[in-house]
Amino acid sequence: MATKASRSAARLMMAPAVILLLGWMLVPLIMTLWFSFRTYLPLRGGDQGWTGFDNYVRFVTSSSFWPAVQTTLIIVLSVLIITVVLGVLLAMLLDQPMWGQGVVRILVIAPFFVMPTVSALVWKNMFMDPVNGLFAHLWRFFGADPVSWLSDAAMPSVIMIVSWQWLPFATLILLTAIQSLDGEQLEAAEMDGAPKLKQFWFIILPHLGRAITIVILIQTIFLLAVFAEIFVTTGGAFGTRTLSYLIFQRVLESQNIGLGSAGGVYAIILANIVAIFLMRIVGKNLDN
Amino acid sequence: MARAVTSRRKLINTTAAWAVGLLIFFPILWTILTSFKTEGQAIASPPIFLGFDWTLENYKTVMERSNYARFLWNSIIIAGLSTIIGLIVAVPAAWSMAFVPSRRTKDILLWMLSTKMLPAVGVLYPIYLLFIKMGLLDSRAGLVVVMMLINLPIIVWMLYTYFREIPGEILEAARMDGATLKEEVLYILTPMAIPGIASTMLLNFILAWNEAFWTLNLTAVNAAPLTAFIASYSSPEGLFFAKLSAASTMAIAPILILGWFSQKQLVRGLTFGAVK
Repeated sequence: MATKASRSAARLMMAPAVILLLGWMLVPLIMTLWFSFRTYLPLRGGDQGWTGFDNYVRFVTSSSFWPAVQTTLIIVLSVLIITVVLGVLLAMLLDQPMWGQGVVRILVIAPFFVMPTVSALVWKNMFMDPVNGLFAHLWRFFGADPVSWLSDAAMPSVIMIVSWQWLPFATLILLTAIQSLDGEQLEAAEMDGAPKLKQFWFIILPHLGRAITIVILIQTIFLLAVFAEIFVTTGGAFGTRTLSYLIFQRVLESQNIGLGSAGGVYAIILANIVAIFLMRIVGKNLDN
Repeated sequence: MARAVTSRRKLINTTAAWAVGLLIFFPILWTILTSFKTEGQAIASPPIFLGFDWTLENYKTVMERSNYARFLWNSIIIAGLSTIIGLIVAVPAAWSMAFVPSRRTKDILLWMLSTKMLPAVGVLYPIYLLFIKMGLLDSRAGLVVVMMLINLPIIVWMLYTYFREIPGEILEAARMDGATLKEEVLYILTPMAIPGIASTMLLNFILAWNEAFWTLNLTAVNAAPLTAFIASYSSPEGLFFAKLSAASTMAIAPILILGWFSQKQLVRGLTFGAVK
């Protein structure tokens, strides 16, 4: 169908996007790789030459590395479990006939549109403040002592804030998937007297399988990079320092570029492992 | 009887869904309400839900004290320009991939997606350094470029999925009638693609507006958008709940309204066409 002329025109039209993204990917990536093999302390002597794999070794042997890995895993896994489980339930609820469905949908989706610094700050002050926060009022009402959420229960608090932001995303995608479910199949199951739980387990859940996988993969990539929520609430203190936050601190706070860059390379490898799975699914989808 | 049962079910569904919906929305609602209270009422114990003296004082104070207009303007410029430039770059690319696909189209699309997966923190210093060297640190131009680049894969992908739904027969018919490539794009594709382009624009504007890694790390005073404006409240100033709420409400209100229109496109844009 396409002629030779239109083909070369097509290539020309693609060029700007491809070149820009290639530059955006390669230039910083090569620089990060380069710095990761050097001792580079801009404030303490500048670039002091090659160190081989020293930075890579130092990054993983530093005492903050494993806690950061653990923190990252806990945040990612907890948020995934919370958002997917609640997302499935919520999507099924929203799929039922009801009055004002459109409005409820918007109420549920709204947190996704709130900028991360706002949601972090609102939760931190207006809900989790140990003196004037709404939770403190609630606790006092029931005669309990208010909790200093962001210092005594920092991880659950951060997980809760991030889950609140991502639940709408999971719900919305799962709802879209549920709505594409063939109603006849469910009706047939109903006629055969299959109990609701079995219908859910054998028809709805398998149908949602692909959407759940996609939610998990996309969220994982974003959750590995959670930043503003930690920056604003705890600044990485009280056991909430994730891998990306640790790298951020190495690079911008302690200005140890070599060490931070080695950490950055680890983060890139980690993200790519997740990305490969996501791309496989997306790629398959392109074929049909 | 059957009818009675279904309407009872509907009532239960409605109640449950509204209860959950309001619970999830509550933090936003509470912020909006608090923004109209006085500082004293904002921290009153027990908390006051609706029965307070509504005031616009906080909005006034925030605008006077913090040069809110400049932050707002920066947000609009950064999100707006990056979206427009992104579209100018992405429309031709997505068009050619959708209508003149080659064997490599799929690989190119997936590769573009992979650049989106690059963790920002991994390339933070190189970008920071380049920004200093080029004098782009704390400049709107620099942020426009970065924001355009980080969202370009999403724009290309979204447009691609929209363009693919335009039937190819129409193009063939136009070609038979002797339409040139330029005419094809201008008179046939563009009108058919406008809804797709509009929703891509909307979603991308929202994503750029809310982006909070690069905006926090690459700006200081001049180019700081609303994300940074709000983050500045994490200092003790944040303890003034009513003013914090007013500032927050002003930062999220435009996007909540835009988001209202974009909820359908959200799924397509964020799943790269894998869920429709």
